[in-house]
Amino acid sequence: MFNWSNFVSQCFNGLVLGALLALISSGLTIIYGTLGVLNLAHGAMFMLGGYAGWVAFSVTRSFIAAVIAGGLFMMVVGVLVERVIVRHFYKRPHEDQLLVTFGLGICLVELVRFFFGSLSKSVPPPAPLVGITPLGFMFYPTYRLALLGIVAIALLALYIVLYRTRIGMIVRAGIEDSVMVDSLGIDTDKVFMLVFGIGAMAAGFAGIVNAPVVSLSPDVGEAILVQTFVVVVIGGVGSFPGAILGGLIAGEIISITSMFNPAYSYVMLFIAMTLVLVLRPYGLLGTAGRE
Amino acid sequence: MSRWIHERSGSFSRRHLLQAGAGLGASLLLPQAFAGRAFAAGDADKPAIGTWPADVQGDTVYVGAAVPRTGAYAVQGEDELKGWQLAVEHINNGDPLLKEIAPKVTKGLLGKKVDLLVADSAAKPNEAVQEEQTFINQNKILLMTGSTSSAVAVALNKFAQREKVLYVTGISGSNDTTGKDCVRYGFRQNFYGETAANAIGPVLVKQFGKDRKAAFMTPDYTYGHTVTKSVNDYLSKNAGWTMVTNQVSPLGTEDFSQYLTNIANSGAEFLINVNWGRDAVLSIQQAKQFGILPKMTLVVPYQIPFLAKETGPELTAGVYAATDFWWTLEDKYPLAKKFVEAFYEKYKYRPEWGANNSYMSFAIWARMVSEAGSFYPPDVIKQYEKGETFPSTVGDVHFRKEDHQLVRPVVIVRGKKPSDMKNDEDFWEVLDIVPGDSLMQSPTAFGCNLGDYT
Repeated sequence: MFNWSNFVSQCFNGLVLGALLALISSGLTIIYGTLGVLNLAHGAMFMLGGYAGWVAFSVTRSFIAAVIAGGLFMMVVGVLVERVIVRHFYKRPHEDQLLVTFGLGICLVELVRFFFGSLSKSVPPPAPLVGITPLGFMFYPTYRLALLGIVAIALLALYIVLYRTRIGMIVRAGIEDSVMVDSLGIDTDKVFMLVFGIGAMAAGFAGIVNAPVVSLSPDVGEAILVQTFVVVVIGGVGSFPGAILGGLIAGEIISITSMFNPAYSYVMLFIAMTLVLVLRPYGLLGTAGRE
Repeated sequence: MSRWIHERSGSFSRRHLLQAGAGLGASLLLPQAFAGRAFAAGDADKPAIGTWPADVQGDTVYVGAAVPRTGAYAVQGEDELKGWQLAVEHINNGDPLLKEIAPKVTKGLLGKKVDLLVADSAAKPNEAVQEEQTFINQNKILLMTGSTSSAVAVALNKFAQREKVLYVTGISGSNDTTGKDCVRYGFRQNFYGETAANAIGPVLVKQFGKDRKAAFMTPDYTYGHTVTKSVNDYLSKNAGWTMVTNQVSPLGTEDFSQYLTNIANSGAEFLINVNWGRDAVLSIQQAKQFGILPKMTLVVPYQIPFLAKETGPELTAGVYAATDFWWTLEDKYPLAKKFVEAFYEKYKYRPEWGANNSYMSFAIWARMVSEAGSFYPPDVIKQYEKGETFPSTVGDVHFRKEDHQLVRPVVIVRGKKPSDMKNDEDFWEVLDIVPGDSLMQSPTAFGCNLGDYT
């Protein structure tokens, strides 16, 4: 049954859903674009960021402290993981990279389960953002509205780092042609470490800002990982604007389809991905030759 | 032939011959030596079936559990697992509580120690079947259990029938488990969609009246579809309630916003949430975020262990739910009291209904085996099918031979306000205990055809 108020509500909901997907996907796509490593531990990093934030929240009762802790902790974890594990896999086949990051993801999830158990952990939104806001066409959770702004600011910050700084220029150059960047005498080693750290931080940040919406469990990153891959494929592998576009498209497809029949929302998402792969094999904003 | 023997004999020493002979002799003698210990009187002439009699050759018999320890049903799976572990411990010790249900159990079962093997199914049917297959191949298990999802229960039902190895379900709420997908080798202890609907339906109608509008949330598999159908059938046929929307989501959904947006725009007065495990926790928490709760009245037709603990009692206060067991039944049933005490002592929390279901399933199985005096599967099945009445943690119960469903009461509970809770696990108030006979459909109504014994 179609009604306009529900349609507008779902479009809006798709926007919020898409923004979050965009943020998580951006981390994944930057890492893949620069390092050529498909990070299957990205979902686990999303989860771990949430738990780091939850611990900080439990101690300080401050949501802002939780967000900062979630992001920074994952940056540190990301740098460590790159130095200790991922670095040794740059020259190895893609299958090895997939296996090692997949294994790392399992370890992170089970470590969290060991220490925190499987019972859901909730992080409440900050007091001013509790409750619902009337939008005219519907009532919408205030925190989810705020999330739109939080994600937009985070994406803007990433944009500035990537497009307005020297390090960002190197990263983008690395995405286009890493051999040439190396030949120019730039220390790609450090850049790679930083990129992995930033990617992990984006995942961790998304993990904690999502926690008031979806309460935490060790498996919270599993479903997200699959959706994130779809977003990256639709948007174009390695493309930061592509991740944002892909995220928003995925969010809208899921939401609008579910208005007619929720059971088909993920089917439609995968159909969209297939269409993109057939018509534009490198994704909507991807370019041939990127690896 | 003689030429071959002649040629070979040159290199065949007397020592080798003796060794081979001793080995051959031993192999001929051993099965008989074991047979004396493994077979009960009258078992010797029975043909091998499934893992039997290989499963009863040693001092220990094995039971394989495929239970979710990860994913959306992990929390409930861990609780179930503890119920099985306690039951196995009680079988091996000959605990007085277990002996009240299975009086012929001594220490162990028919003189053998019972050992529980566990694998994580993540509530996925294919993984559960694969794991049980491994247990059958490697450990010759004589009983399978597990499921916190009816999709797993139905898959293991079919697998049990094919392999001719007994299966007692873990939590399984689908009508199909002892309905159209019932099997000779499968048995269910707990309540299910139809009995839940027939128990909670009258309570809802009495409390809220006729001609109301309800939104359903349904997980997209056999459990969800059958429970939603049973509840909706009851309410629409008996009280003219209307299902204004049914939001079907895949198991393991994290963000329910698009479903809740539809519900917010549906004009419903009631939110009947059939989601289960973490899906239920998240959908209820998010319904609160959207302001759907407390605007709409929440109903949980098939109770979720730990729901109130995870969402917080503020969200479950006043919520009506149908369940299999709640620990305060200890005030009414002596066996419930003993079970809750034993469980609390070992695990430091009061058992949820999943743990009670697991404990009872194994205790009943121990009863059937010990009464039959044999592990031979058709004999055990026939013991179940006698339909004898026996005591349980919810009073006297019996199995229905036509569909292998336990006839047992359904418990109606209502969430307590935080201020009314007497301790930190006192989440629900028992309103009614509805006898099982009146709640069940006729044995043929859901198309059950059990299949063969052998």
